[in-house]
Amino acid sequence: MLQKNDVAPDFTLFATPDQKIKLSEFKGKNVILAFYPADWSPVCSDQMALYNETLKFFKQYDAELFGISVDSKWCHLAFSQSRNLHFPLLADFEAKGEIARKYGVYDEEEGECKRALFVINKDGIIEWSYLSPTAINPGADGILEALETLKTK
Amino acid sequence: MSLKPAVSKTDHAQGNVDADLVIVEYGDYQCPYCGAAYPVLKELMKEFGSQIKFVFRNFPLSEMHRYARPAALAAEAANLQGKFWEMHDAIYENQQDLNENFLMKLAEKLKLNIPEFDKDLESTELANKVDADFESGIISGVNGTPSFFVNGNKFNGGAEDLLELVRENVK
Repeated sequence: MLQKNDVAPDFTLFATPDQKIKLSEFKGKNVILAFYPADWSPVCSDQMALYNETLKFFKQYDAELFGISVDSKWCHLAFSQSRNLHFPLLADFEAKGEIARKYGVYDEEEGECKRALFVINKDGIIEWSYLSPTAINPGADGILEALETLKTK
Repeated sequence: MSLKPAVSKTDHAQGNVDADLVIVEYGDYQCPYCGAAYPVLKELMKEFGSQIKFVFRNFPLSEMHRYARPAALAAEAANLQGKFWEMHDAIYENQQDLNENFLMKLAEKLKLNIPEFDKDLESTELANKVDADFESGIISGVNGTPSFFVNGNKFNGGAEDLLELVRENVK
């Protein structure tokens, strides 16, 4: 798994059925990558639903959030609409899990992304990373602490 | 993960406010899991109320539950008339009927001063209180609802686990 001070590997992934997002286009902003196993986990403890509520805190640190899983863009679309999500979900779908592998957070056995967080600074360098037990939603406190550290640098 | 800020006088507390055992719930009034936890927590306080200080903080997942925030504000507005727990309980006991009109009906049933209640629902102060609770949850590591803290430390379990823990450890 990539760690602090590693260069964040660039990628281009579908965010909607007709729009792709390229990580390097976000240089100059802080970026949060939240790799997660799958869309449609139980509602009230869902990590993406939680982050949907904490976007305004991330924005205060000039940070963009992207969720990433191996689900397809169509699955993401339905999930996103169902949960009223206000941030993009990226589809690491073809080749499956390619980006997760580059970040060292692909679970070969399950064929899913592990539950992992990366905070990337404005120069595209990883500032903080965290691997969570798959069954446990890591919350947002670690992300906010990392962003706070960046701010005071 | 620890609770930030620590429990203070501005928190809603019940049970024995001087107890050594302090349990904090971060809850959402529309969350079905919080609804399921409610009777278990009632049982907990029935059995151990003299030994526990129980605190409720707002954690409305507003994007997912449209009535969670109005309900949180209603409980805070009821608090200004000294009826926080009455409103809190009434909402969880009637969770399936939750909407704005129903909150007004509950306010009437609790014999609140309605013009005051109405005005308080719109107040910036109460909105800030709910936001502050939510933010404290986020920085304390709340990752869903309900989330519990026992003496300031995150408890990784549900209400049933909490009841079991207390039954085993408190005599």
